[in-house]
Amino acid sequence: MYVAVKGGERAIENAHALLADVRRGDRAVPELTLDQIGHQLALGVDRVMCEGSLYDRELAALAIKQARGDLIEAIFLLRAYRTTLPRFGASVPIETGDMDIRRRVSATFKDLPGGQVLGPTFDYTHRLLDHTLAEGGDVPEPATAPGDDTKFRSVAELLAGSGLIENNSPAAEDVGDLTREPLSFPAGRDLRLQNLARGDEGFLLALAYSTQRGYGRNHPFAGEIRYGEVEIEFFAEDAGFAVPLGAIAVTECQMVNQFTGNADQPPRFTRGYGLSFGQSERKAMAMALVDRALRAAELGEETGAPAQDAEFVLSHSDNVQATGFVEHLKLPHYVDFQAELGLLRKLQAEFFARGTQADAESQMTALQDAAE
Amino acid sequence: MTAPAYNFAYLDEQTKRMIRRAILKAIAIPGYQVPFASREMPMPYGWGTGGVQVTASILGPDDTLKVIDQGSDDTTNAVSIRKFFTKTANVRTTTATIEATVIQTRHRVPETPLSEEQVLVYQVPIPEPLRFLEPRETETRRMHALSEYGLMHVKLYEDIARHGHIATAYAYPVQVDDRYVMDPSPIPKFDNPKLDDCPALQLFGAGREKRIYAIPPYTRVVSLDFEDHPFEAYRHDAACELCGASDSFLDEVITDDDGNRMFVCSDTDYCEQRRALGHGPYNAAPADPQGSSHTGASPTEPA
Amino acid sequence: MTTLADSASDKDVMAFDAAFASQAAFRAVMNCMARPGTIATLKGIAAPAPFTPATAALVKSLADYDSPIWLDASFSAAPETADWIRFHTGAPLTADPAKAAFALIADPQAMPALTQFAQGSEEYPDRSTTLIIQVTSFSGPAFELTGPGIKTSRVIAIQSLPANFIDLMADNRELFPRGVDLILTAGTAIAALPRSLRIAEAR
Repeated sequence: MYVAVKGGERAIENAHALLADVRRGDRAVPELTLDQIGHQLALGVDRVMCEGSLYDRELAALAIKQARGDLIEAIFLLRAYRTTLPRFGASVPIETGDMDIRRRVSATFKDLPGGQVLGPTFDYTHRLLDHTLAEGGDVPEPATAPGDDTKFRSVAELLAGSGLIENNSPAAEDVGDLTREPLSFPAGRDLRLQNLARGDEGFLLALAYSTQRGYGRNHPFAGEIRYGEVEIEFFAEDAGFAVPLGAIAVTECQMVNQFTGNADQPPRFTRGYGLSFGQSERKAMAMALVDRALRAAELGEETGAPAQDAEFVLSHSDNVQATGFVEHLKLPHYVDFQAELGLLRKLQAEFFARGTQADAESQMTALQDAAE
Repeated sequence: MTAPAYNFAYLDEQTKRMIRRAILKAIAIPGYQVPFASREMPMPYGWGTGGVQVTASILGPDDTLKVIDQGSDDTTNAVSIRKFFTKTANVRTTTATIEATVIQTRHRVPETPLSEEQVLVYQVPIPEPLRFLEPRETETRRMHALSEYGLMHVKLYEDIARHGHIATAYAYPVQVDDRYVMDPSPIPKFDNPKLDDCPALQLFGAGREKRIYAIPPYTRVVSLDFEDHPFEAYRHDAACELCGASDSFLDEVITDDDGNRMFVCSDTDYCEQRRALGHGPYNAAPADPQGSSHTGASPTEPA
Repeated sequence: MTTLADSASDKDVMAFDAAFASQAAFRAVMNCMARPGTIATLKGIAAPAPFTPATAALVKSLADYDSPIWLDASFSAAPETADWIRFHTGAPLTADPAKAAFALIADPQAMPALTQFAQGSEEYPDRSTTLIIQVTSFSGPAFELTGPGIKTSRVIAIQSLPANFIDLMADNRELFPRGVDLILTAGTAIAALPRSLRIAEAR
């Protein structure tokens, strides 16, 4: 006889014990340490921090370990932790012009003050699997040069100085925060950029790519991409001055885009902006292209491409939301399905009843035809 | 890195205040979706985060909580959410509908009639009833502002033209107190009549979509329909093969590889209470099955 | 009594007590809002005049730095009230009733027109002020209420409201879904009159 299923709690506990077992895997293989993840899978850690919206390398490494390397799961873990932390306010805007540069390239000028600094990059590596890495071994120390006080002014600022590019208005006093106030439309650029910074790298990459292929083309030049450490400060009300909190590594991309202008305004280049935690160039560049695409209406351009549709882009960029809702389809839906099944059976019965009736009628007609 | 300590019912007090303010607005404007700054919860979006945030914001030490999914206290997601509140709020839990002060549900309204002392919290995936007709929030918000619900009626009427019936079997739209058209969450339309004139407060939480809405007690809730095609609640034309109920919503269970099937109550508590009272598969349904479910021993989940 | 600082810093019994106190006050006002005209009694908290213990408990339970508060002349005449609000809730005070999430009114006879407060918009009717009005008691002139939350009708007696209160509420109902919601307090007792309500003189 049928008995209703019971014991969900034990099943869940057993499933989680099994998860812990496969997470650890073969006990003969040494267990990963957070240091190993933080240092040797550093770009994964950067992505988890950026989309997890929390700058903490150790916690991000822990999240990756706990998530068995599933970065979206790790991002989710970090977000769920972040939301429990008290929020003291917003930092003073970081000054990327004062960045301690590890890498800086411009595609718009052959040379510029500070020069092109390649830094650590996959660019120009030949993508051949390196079997010596499989063995491990000593890595020679890289060449270094003594640091100096060169100021790497940003390319966009250099252009702005000569009036060739738009001046983006400074941030409003009161910068929005979509974690504290649900996003509504139209959304200001502050909220759009926050959304994109937290947004899924793959989703933004595909959208950015679509603009290059003509779906909202905006003629981008990579004015500059820079990566390095910046100081971060917090204005303490009670102290009355900005208190340094330390340094964070960020990647910034300033795109120089299609110019605009009209009878009242001289023609000028426009800008798209991207910023990500750690070294995440693909993310920062994709973000800058999408940021610029989302400004199409503001700049009086034709709109209609997916990347230009703020409501579409901003509502679907968050991979924690997206994965939750896609994966929720594995939860039971017996009730809806039964309701749908009932309706379908009824519609089918009516359909076939009509069919039978129609068959009978056509047979009658055929008989009559034959008789005539 | 030490394990974080969490507040009572997990949410911090600031978050609770924000949600509580939204709940008060939702009650004052029945059926209107109040935006709120939904938090990331330690369970995925789409798995009940809205319901969990609402429950966490209203729950107190004197409450008794029941959690159901598909009508059942034993489905994995219900078990998981119940465990979450046992752990973070040390709250008393029950599977008996009549013992609960707060019931969190996904996809069902209990068969046992609710009372004034109870609050029913629904988990909602897509709060916007017009979303399937118009994907843009800016547009649907304007439609609600203008009470412009013609599009919904057109859609329902197209169903009738094509199939001879309104082809919506669950998440069937309702109009609340003659004003807002509202999504009752993906409950089967069998449950829709229970929303009308209900003695309990009904709260709806959509975490991913960041909306809270409400139906106050004793509020008029009408399922949309047409004079020549009136709303019809549907259930399988069968009796529960465990308790004999002929008035409850049924789950169809496949019993073997030949596709044989049987029907059982989707509301497991209702079914258990009836069986405790001696109802069985070969018993004809008693005259007042709902009334009889109010008495008898009530199994309580060990905390 | 615990302060907000306590509840933020430790997870001890004191903090849980603060969480429970807030929850109890909220649950009472939620039930009152869901059942307009029913009267609940709160475990009030002591606060400087003209705060009633119930108003103080509600403000502490519901207000914070995201919810600006407007004070009527009686409240703002007492400087300790502003300090108390700042210390216990961190809520900013606003002189503009149209920017207030909450308005505290100790002298209902002298209160401004309801339309002076934030009414919300047709698209976001929730962006409106909730008025917490202190009345002398729940006795005296009786009002008959109908609407969501009420099975047939409910009668509530309220002392010390403006003479044209029924008209004010009718005008408020006309704006629906825009409009303001009222919470009334007297000592430790509370009742709520949401905008969805229809109100008439009790026969």
